Amino acid sequence: MNFERDSARAVGDKKLQSALINVTDRFRAARKRASDETPGWDDLRGRAREIKKHTIAHLDEYLLELERNVRKAGGRVHWARDAEEARNIIIDIARRNGVKSVVKSKSMATEEIGLNDGLEAAGIRAVETDLGEYIIQLAGEHPSHIIAPAIHKTRHDISELFAEKLGVPYMSEPQELTKVARERLRGEFLGAGMGVSGANFGVAETGTIVIVENEGNARLTTTVPPIHVALMGIEKLLPRFGDLSLFLPLLVRSATGQKTSTYISLITGPRRDADKDGPREFHLVLLDNGRSGILADRETRESLYCIRCGACLNNCPVYRKVGGHSYGWVYSGPIGTIINPQLMGIDRAPELPFASSLCGACRDVCPVKIDFPKVLLELRSKVVTRKEKTGQAAAIMEALSFRFWRAVVTHRRIYELALRLSRHAQRPWKRGGVLRSLPYPFSRWTDERDFPAVSETPFRERWRKIDRKGGPR
Amino acid sequence: MRANLFITCLVDTFFPQVGESMVGVLERLGVDVRFPVEQTCCGQPAFNSGYRADARSVAERFVSVFGEALSQGEGEESYVVCPSGSCTAMVKVFYKELFHNEPRILEKLRRITDRTYEFSEFLVEVVGKTDVGARYDGVVTYHDSCHLLRELGVKDAPRELISSVKGLEFREMPLHDSCCGFGGTFSIKFPKVSVSMLDEKLDSITGTGADTVVSSDMGCLMNIGGAISRRGIPVKVMHLAELLANTGKG
Ligand code: SF4
Repeated sequence: MNFERDSARAVGDKKLQSALINVTDRFRAARKRASDETPGWDDLRGRAREIKKHTIAHLDEYLLELERNVRKAGGRVHWARDAEEARNIIIDIARRNGVKSVVKSKSMATEEIGLNDGLEAAGIRAVETDLGEYIIQLAGEHPSHIIAPAIHKTRHDISELFAEKLGVPYMSEPQELTKVARERLRGEFLGAGMGVSGANFGVAETGTIVIVENEGNARLTTTVPPIHVALMGIEKLLPRFGDLSLFLPLLVRSATGQKTSTYISLITGPRRDADKDGPREFHLVLLDNGRSGILADRETRESLYCIRCGACLNNCPVYRKVGGHSYGWVYSGPIGTIINPQLMGIDRAPELPFASSLCGACRDVCPVKIDFPKVLLELRSKVVTRKEKTGQAAAIMEALSFRFWRAVVTHRRIYELALRLSRHAQRPWKRGGVLRSLPYPFSRWTDERDFPAVSETPFRERWRKIDRKGGPR
Repeated sequence: MRANLFITCLVDTFFPQVGESMVGVLERLGVDVRFPVEQTCCGQPAFNSGYRADARSVAERFVSVFGEALSQGEGEESYVVCPSGSCTAMVKVFYKELFHNEPRILEKLRRITDRTYEFSEFLVEVVGKTDVGARYDGVVTYHDSCHLLRELGVKDAPRELISSVKGLEFREMPLHDSCCGFGGTFSIKFPKVSVSMLDEKLDSITGTGADTVVSSDMGCLMNIGGAISRRGIPVKVMHLAELLANTGKG
């Protein structure tokens, strides 16, 4: 991944820029309205945070409770340590049942484990059934937003894509496009041997998996094929069924601003004898993939409270400019900056904790009040510690410059000397009171902005005059 | 009432007129202003860049310099007052992180943070004034410094102060609370992203038709002002203290 390169490209992409502004504005406004209309919104967020904090602190017990209750309901539970294990578990289930094709509903966890590629490699067809995901899959891309995977595509892009990949005439009306997708997908649902979903929540007390959606495709994915496999990150747990009455509205209102989503599926085990529909087998795959490592770190543990509503993305001034793909992996925006490095290993995403101005807008909207600036700062210090150990020239230079800076600012006389020296040193670049160009790395400022000149009389020198003049003080 | 100026290295080095304005306003209100000369920087640049050990030793020095200054109150109510939301947040919010397992320093720190205020908050909450006798003939819009707004929760104080200035018309800009793209080293680590955030901020400012943009942090203003001067946009850039220092009497 290369955030600097990819974000610079995104910033220069006019089409992407207008798409991002449109979508983030719309989501922002919707969330704001919904939260303003919900009495005690802030207290609800506080309560949700407490519940998550408690759950994550007792994750082992609640996971076992969940496992017991899923089993009791007739489901099977699998534990996956990492992405590969999770893929293999799912591929195995498919193979054992002779499954040739799989329908999928939207799930970031399946993105995280690269499930589609894994299934494909095993000779099993996987079809995304969420409209946005379907578009992304046709285009051979990855989602750029947690809840709206195709927001980087314009209507025109999609029309062209459909014409090219599906052999249909060019049509520009969203309803027409949706209709085409729906017709294609209907056949897929009926022919699929297995449905794979994610999970928004898993309830320990009842062994229930909860899926929130608007299109109805997840409902079909989990009920039409004879086998349903749900992949859930271990942090998606809630202790009590009653917790849903808090978390469902928080999730939906933070995500889309709706009062409630069109569909909420509560899935407890496979079809029972009296049921009219539903799969004959239900499997729950519990995914660790780095999460227990986050759990072990007290300072960044709250990263696991996330319920993936996407509000932090929509309200992030950086995401709004760079879009989801700049973050280089599954998760993007503020949650991506804290969770990608922790899930992938900090050495593989060392830029991300720095890809934030620390403005804190994300914390204001996060339904579980994740303290982003705190976690980002914590991760930054980890990155620095790791980098210093590598002994790379750039890392050493940076470390040395901070060491030098520290020596200067911890000694007043040296600091004052440095002020005097820089006054002289800046002369070659000074034009009309500002510096219009500076050598690298400061050129990265002066390429598009003037830099202020060091004052000929810094405040401390002026103070001496003010102080001497006397007066009432 | 005594105010020990925590002037910040940015104001000391680049924007001394902001410090002078602050002194002017505070003295006009009868505050006894002091400047602990041993001060340099609060350590934020290193802290935000992940260099905690460097930040820590600079911060420790800050704690001793201002601890000392506050102890010389001579029976006066003594405070630390700072023209930056960001640097105030560093001391009041982030020092706790930095010293989280050093109870001895935390104890000293608490005595300082209890008495440390950002300039606008100090005027409104401690001095108890919103009308400080300023006059300004112009149309002003206000950019919320992220740290002042979200780390310290100060939103109304600067607006109340601005609105009380005689002759002035205040216009709220859309996206007033969006980051301007400064973010310290963020602005040079990812200059394209930073400038693109800044572009939107500038549109938001000029869209109001204001002739002056005011904020409470020179970090933001050096970013906003840097583009305004480069592009020749006819908008004046001013720290709140400079605005309030105007009395219209020459
Ligand atoms: S971090 Fe918070 S705001 Fe962002 S997706 Fe997760 S729950 Fe939503």
